[in-house]
Amino acid sequence: MVKPPVSTIGDMPISPHASAPVMSQVHVGAATHCPYCALQCGMYVANGEITPREDIPANSGGLCQKGWTAAELLESPERLTTPLLHGNPVSWDEALDYVAARIEAIRAEHGPDAVAVFGGGGLTNEKAYQLGKFARVALRTSQIDYNGRFCMSSAAAAVIRAFGMDRGLPFPITDIARAGAILFAGGNVAETMPPFVRHLTAMRSRGGKLVVADPRVTQTAKMADLHLQLTPGTDLALALGLLHIAIADGYADLDYLAARTTGFEEVRTSVSVWWPERVERVTGVPVAHMREAVRILGEAERAMVLTGRGAEQHAKGTDTVTAFVNLALTLGLPGREGSGYGCVTGQGNGQGGREHGQKADQLPGYRKIDDPAAREHVAAVWGIDPADLPGPGRSAYELLDALGTPRGPRALLLFGSNPVVSAPRAGHVTSRLDALDLLVVSDFVLSETAAMADVVLPTTQWAEEAGTMTNLEGRVLLRRQAAAPPPGARSDLEILRGLAERLGCGEKFSADPRTVFDELRRASAGGLADYSGITYERIAAETGVFWPCPDNGGDPHPGTPRPFLDRFATPDGRARMVPVDHRLPAEDVDEEFPLYLTSGRVLAHYQSGAQTRRIRPLTQASSEVFVELHPHLAERLGVSSGDRVRVRSRRGAAEAVARVTASIRPDTVFMPFHWEGVNLLTNPALDPMSRMPEFKVCAAAVERCDDRERAA
Amino acid sequence: MRLVVVGNGMAGSRLVSEVRARDKDTKVTVFGAEAWQPYNRVLLSNVVAGTSSPDQVRLLDPRWYAEHNVTARLGVEVTAIDRDSRTVVAADGTREPYDVLVLATGSEPIVPPIPGVERATAFRTLDDCERIRRAAESARSAVVVGGGLLGVEAARGLAGRGVSVTLLHLAGHLMERQLDEEAGLILGETLGALGVAIRTGVTVSAIGERHVELAGGEPVEADMVVLACGVRPVVGLARDAGLEVERGIVVDDELRTDDPSIFAIGECAQHAGRVYGLVAPGWEQASVVADLVTGTDKGARYRGSRLVTRLKAKSVELAAMGETQLTDDEAEIVRFSHRHKGTYRKLVIRDDRLVGAILLGETSAVGTLTQLFDRGGPLPGDRTGLLFPDLAGAAAVADSPVRMPDSARVCQCNNVTKGQIRACWESGARNVEAVAAATRATTGCGSCRDAVEGIVGWLCEQEGVSA
Repeated sequence: MVKPPVSTIGDMPISPHASAPVMSQVHVGAATHCPYCALQCGMYVANGEITPREDIPANSGGLCQKGWTAAELLESPERLTTPLLHGNPVSWDEALDYVAARIEAIRAEHGPDAVAVFGGGGLTNEKAYQLGKFARVALRTSQIDYNGRFCMSSAAAAVIRAFGMDRGLPFPITDIARAGAILFAGGNVAETMPPFVRHLTAMRSRGGKLVVADPRVTQTAKMADLHLQLTPGTDLALALGLLHIAIADGYADLDYLAARTTGFEEVRTSVSVWWPERVERVTGVPVAHMREAVRILGEAERAMVLTGRGAEQHAKGTDTVTAFVNLALTLGLPGREGSGYGCVTGQGNGQGGREHGQKADQLPGYRKIDDPAAREHVAAVWGIDPADLPGPGRSAYELLDALGTPRGPRALLLFGSNPVVSAPRAGHVTSRLDALDLLVVSDFVLSETAAMADVVLPTTQWAEEAGTMTNLEGRVLLRRQAAAPPPGARSDLEILRGLAERLGCGEKFSADPRTVFDELRRASAGGLADYSGITYERIAAETGVFWPCPDNGGDPHPGTPRPFLDRFATPDGRARMVPVDHRLPAEDVDEEFPLYLTSGRVLAHYQSGAQTRRIRPLTQASSEVFVELHPHLAERLGVSSGDRVRVRSRRGAAEAVARVTASIRPDTVFMPFHWEGVNLLTNPALDPMSRMPEFKVCAAAVERCDDRERAA
Repeated sequence: MRLVVVGNGMAGSRLVSEVRARDKDTKVTVFGAEAWQPYNRVLLSNVVAGTSSPDQVRLLDPRWYAEHNVTARLGVEVTAIDRDSRTVVAADGTREPYDVLVLATGSEPIVPPIPGVERATAFRTLDDCERIRRAAESARSAVVVGGGLLGVEAARGLAGRGVSVTLLHLAGHLMERQLDEEAGLILGETLGALGVAIRTGVTVSAIGERHVELAGGEPVEADMVVLACGVRPVVGLARDAGLEVERGIVVDDELRTDDPSIFAIGECAQHAGRVYGLVAPGWEQASVVADLVTGTDKGARYRGSRLVTRLKAKSVELAAMGETQLTDDEAEIVRFSHRHKGTYRKLVIRDDRLVGAILLGETSAVGTLTQLFDRGGPLPGDRTGLLFPDLAGAAAVADSPVRMPDSARVCQCNNVTKGQIRACWESGARNVEAVAAATRATTGCGSCRDAVEGIVGWLCEQEGVSA
């Protein structure tokens, strides 16, 4: 049976594109995007069949296994289609009535901040926007944050400090292929967003050089012309060392620095203490390799410095990114056509999700919630008194940590996140969730967190609804509806409207994505992330529009592929260079916990695995949690590949299958974070600026499972 | 609390910033004999070589002191300590009271008592660098006296400036404190190839206008002479104040002298019988003292430092750490010497721990070895991987389609094995596009395209052979 593609996008044309995808067949279906990472690969979806789109530059016809198999979840038997109240199926009215009544009661007893909201970086712009508005307008709570805090916050804080504006890649992804050199610190795109590699391959085939900094010989590091295999937690020292060498070896672009930056003198003085031999001792990266990396960058006509979570997910992540930004500025890269600094965003809507108000300190348009002008503008769009807008609330981990405590929230509404698996020190977070009076989870499968909830609300998923996503380039994309939702599931926008109605303000919350987007456009107008000139029609016609794109009234604004060419978004238009200093990880290795533990992703899975662990080809490709050990360490522990080992930290323990590989440092072990496990161990020490937890390094010990049992 | 620091070099300035990082309120006064802002002495060899500019060696911006509420008395020497009134007396007659006094007076170059030595320039301060640089502009020949770390760096730097350099050294081989004889010899040969003539086992008897005279009368041509004959701790102030002084100012694990309100750190201090001449120990000491005097960590103690020496000289890769001179009777020695290529690698192992190492000519293992040495962690049973990291794990790269097992994953992105590609070929696929359509191989990152092409080509070839 052939189901026609469904569209809820008015009279907008949804013609299948004529250009032939990779396997020269003719495809009919909704032109949309992948449900997973920030690359947002273009794909056609029809009748559960997926084919890649050639017209989206990010993937230009490529897809990884996650993308190819994404539709399997549409028909999954594990799909939720009935609300659950304390585990029992109930009607939507029963569920929403219950939630609204409990919210009213808790709010009456403990005040508005007793109800908290937790969002996700995978939600569409419309949902992220609506969630922020729902918290501030319907719940009147300051307590809202989202899992993007665990993802992009360090890079965001650093580039706002440097450039005045946070757009992950401030250039189109296609610029990568034209670069002569790229330094990529702490990113493994070959596994996390494989089609990204096409751009790197194109660059290298034109003679461009790739330098990768990573404690592991990742698939991405294997492609590199030069790999800097640093000690976990020393990315900041490495960046300072590279900067020191760049200045000493004459690669500083003094004309650019004079014209486009402030603060270079202080930065230069501050890196005097990070001479290469000292950095070598801290990072373990040979001086010769650092010098070569700088030479490669410094001699390229166009060059880029990119960072990923490996460098950012630290209690000093903001300063680490600042140091890499300072390196890029010293070399004269940002704001120069074809060059620049970029952060490679992780989550599907990691970029848009951080712009429209689900962050504790933000309002739509990347406005700050404590800025009176911003409050006035947004309150006017929302039809409320600015004085009724709450102020900034707790950051993600602090919010989770406060749940059910005397001064913390008593109720939590959670959308698009699975903190039982993904939060640091997850065992503790689980106990906090347990202590709540009310936990409401919206999800389309029974995730580990949903399984704990008082109320589970079965929601629609990507292909069953429309909305916009902003990819890693800052390009706003349109996800079209490609399938009818299963009976019983409701979209998050419908859920929020249903709750708002019961809380007495239903008229302020549309359930139609396009209506919500039009409101988001007005709310973002004049902000840093100005979407007011972007429409669904324009996105479709132009296969995406780069923000900022103000509504000019007459001539449409073309969007801004490269926002910093003329000036940075700072008051004086110059990039601000800020001196930063290296420090040790929040928890260093010692005799009891002698190994560094780091974590990351594998190709077959996405984030907490709630989706991908329910797709058979993906679980066949990667079925269980493992821990990578160097042969030297394995020899010492008497462990072989396939043995079960226990990994312990001061916060918990997890079992995993040993995978012995020379691709990791002997002093480090690696675990993927798609299963319950590694985050029982990770350290919730927070970055003072971004409030990013230190996911990427903590002290751990490893032993064979039978050793401990024997000892006991 | 009133903290007075005497000495604004690497250790003293570090202490001041470490204290300020912990505590905003302590009243801090720092005296520095040099009028310059504190600078990074480690980089002076680079200044001589011309690879760092003088303005890149500054440790603190001039504004820093005012911004951090620190009184800096630069260019003002301290002449006496009055321990009874807890006051230091400066050369300009001013007196500065203290509750805690930290001596970081550093060390001074040893100037051998040779006739004409006043014509030579000691290599110690930024001003010395400036003098050496200026002299090198017109000099055709130079002699560097002293083949330790600093002498080798100075000689290499001058040679890089086009000056014909002779390095004279008293001991039998260069850098004898850090290197064994063979390494010293190979280092000499490496320097020789870079234009530095090496004379070991020689003594200088006089310095003339245009030459240096060796004991025995032999002249060595020298338009300029640089002295790098080692340093001695500056302890006069401490000795005059009646503090216990041996080679350096004697301190305990808290870096306290025998007067509990006076500390000493850096190159002037003697801890557990050792005086350190490198930066890292001074900074570790500064951190301990900052912890103690601000009360941040009253349990902070200094337990000595492990020394890693890295030569900073263009085209000469050298790292040496710990006890490098032990013999096979005293320790387990692993050694690889390739004199012809100028490379030498040595590990010194005791109780399965790395206690010393030399890497010369090729230092790709330096990061790993330094960290094993610093942390004292157990070594792997196979020592060769430590000396030759590039060989470890080098196997299994670039598998040809022939050797690859059927279970090998060819396309990572779509989890396609060689066996699946073979099966696809067996059911009729004869090119990459057909394999991609059937298996999705190559449709992710695209980097396995060559491998898939290779496998399909090889299978087609096999078919031709068998047919």
